[in-house]
Amino acid sequence: MTDPLYRLPEFSLRFVPIWRRNFMVWKKLAKASVLGNIADPLITLIAFGYGLGGLLKSIDGIPYIHYLASGSICMSIMMAASFEVLYSAFSRMHVQKTWEALMNAPLSLDDVLLAELLWAATKSLFSGVAILAVMFMLDIGLHPQTQLVLPLLFLIGMCFSAIGLIVNALARGYDFFTYYFTLVLTPMVFLSGVYYPVSQLPHWLERLSQCLPLRAAVELVRPLILGGWPDRVVFNLAILLIYCIGGFYIAVILTRRRLLT
Amino acid sequence: MLSVDALAMNHTAILSVENLHKSYGKGQDKASVVDGLSFSLRRGECYGLLGPNGAGKTTTLRLCLGLTAPDAGSITLVGKEVPLHARKARMRVGVVPQGDNLDPDFTVAENLLVYGRYFGMDDATINARIPALLEFSNLTAKAKARIGELSGGMKRRLTLARALVNDPDLIFMDEPTTGLDPQARHMIWERLKSLLAQGKTILLTTHFMDEAERLCDRLAVIDHGKLIAEGSPRELIARHIESEVVEVYGDNALTWGEMEGRGKSARLEISGETVFCYTNDAQSLLAGLQAVQGIRYLHRPANLEDLFLKLTGREMRD
Repeated sequence: MTDPLYRLPEFSLRFVPIWRRNFMVWKKLAKASVLGNIADPLITLIAFGYGLGGLLKSIDGIPYIHYLASGSICMSIMMAASFEVLYSAFSRMHVQKTWEALMNAPLSLDDVLLAELLWAATKSLFSGVAILAVMFMLDIGLHPQTQLVLPLLFLIGMCFSAIGLIVNALARGYDFFTYYFTLVLTPMVFLSGVYYPVSQLPHWLERLSQCLPLRAAVELVRPLILGGWPDRVVFNLAILLIYCIGGFYIAVILTRRRLLT
Repeated sequence: MLSVDALAMNHTAILSVENLHKSYGKGQDKASVVDGLSFSLRRGECYGLLGPNGAGKTTTLRLCLGLTAPDAGSITLVGKEVPLHARKARMRVGVVPQGDNLDPDFTVAENLLVYGRYFGMDDATINARIPALLEFSNLTAKAKARIGELSGGMKRRLTLARALVNDPDLIFMDEPTTGLDPQARHMIWERLKSLLAQGKTILLTTHFMDEAERLCDRLAVIDHGKLIAEGSPRELIARHIESEVVEVYGDNALTWGEMEGRGKSARLEISGETVFCYTNDAQSLLAGLQAVQGIRYLHRPANLEDLFLKLTGREMRD
């Protein structure tokens, strides 16, 4: 294809100073944000885990709070990455015009988008680590397998950042993001086995939900945190990679169309 | 084999634009924004792009920086073909954009440090440059201030300092003094003059004619994406309009203009309640005006604004 709009993204280390810029801003606000990262899952786990767990006791022989924690960490990664590429990246692109300043320097839009993708994944990993710390305090996930969760969380973060960057490229204002959260992400939580097993869903819906990235994430992460090994590793990794790579490519095309034409 | 002239041209032109075309939209809505534009900048000069709103100035700058691709035409920026090698070309270029896009989360000095990193500079090199940049922009005392604490003029000066972090050869300035008070504008002009004295080249867009007249060695008036006049400010005024202007206002101005003014002027324009009389010799006009009741008048040499209005018309552009 000759149209420069559809050219494959060009990757280089030029994204590093942009990533560092975002990290530098995060460090200034780190105290408040780490506190939030810990308080939010702690409250959810205690409230739901003990409240609902008192009634439910166990799912598939697993204490409910363990079941919930091992699924909700994926949901938190999804939310953290999505927030970053929607509200924060949109501010940098559209409101503060930070991207414009970047592109007046010897950086390309591809560099900016790669930096945003990796930064949002990094930031989601920060909250993932905070949640793991909370889980350890509650005596959940203290297994060697949990080490494998960290790279997985980063991949999950990249996957949702890539999808979020598509939404960012299409957004006219912040209001647009509410639709994405309420109409896409929230339903996905209920279809992905975070709060209850997907086997509870009607058969056709259960089949359909196999294509969802959050379900793939939960199916990979939950067994590791519970000290076992996931099934369908290749299938679920492939789902995440398809969303990540495909999503990023679409986001690059749409953002080029928005900013460079 | 290149001619001597062509070689000299290659040697001196730091930016050259050849028959540039850019349009937006499709089918019926297709609008040509840049329509066959050609110009080139010599090293060390200040070149102005003048035009009413929507004339294509900002689009031209974006094209020159390689931020959008032209439909046709060629651009060479600091010896590199644009947009193909635009990123490399921007290593040698500084940009002062129209709106402020400083980083609000950082201090003044941090803004410079972070921006320098985008050029691949290491922190030690940037930190060694920062004191001189702050001094140049008169912001030394504000090094640790947040962007929100700065006045409009200070923000512009910081944006200018940021554009200099990579020690560029050519600086793009898109309406650098829009929205500033007279003190702040004069300060920016002084800084720009000192950059020119250091041998930097400046490409400036503005719709302030006094700014263009003060700073530009040469300028181009563009409208509807076309270049309609090019030259030094004095040369353009001499070539296109009469040397003197008498502006007449007051209750009887319009009547006087029709009865007497038109006959005694080389050219007469009416804008609202004001009559503009253009002439090469205002003596007879002035002698007649002294006796007329109910008017006031102002006699002045023709300036760039008169030229601009003659070339681009008086109707409003939005």
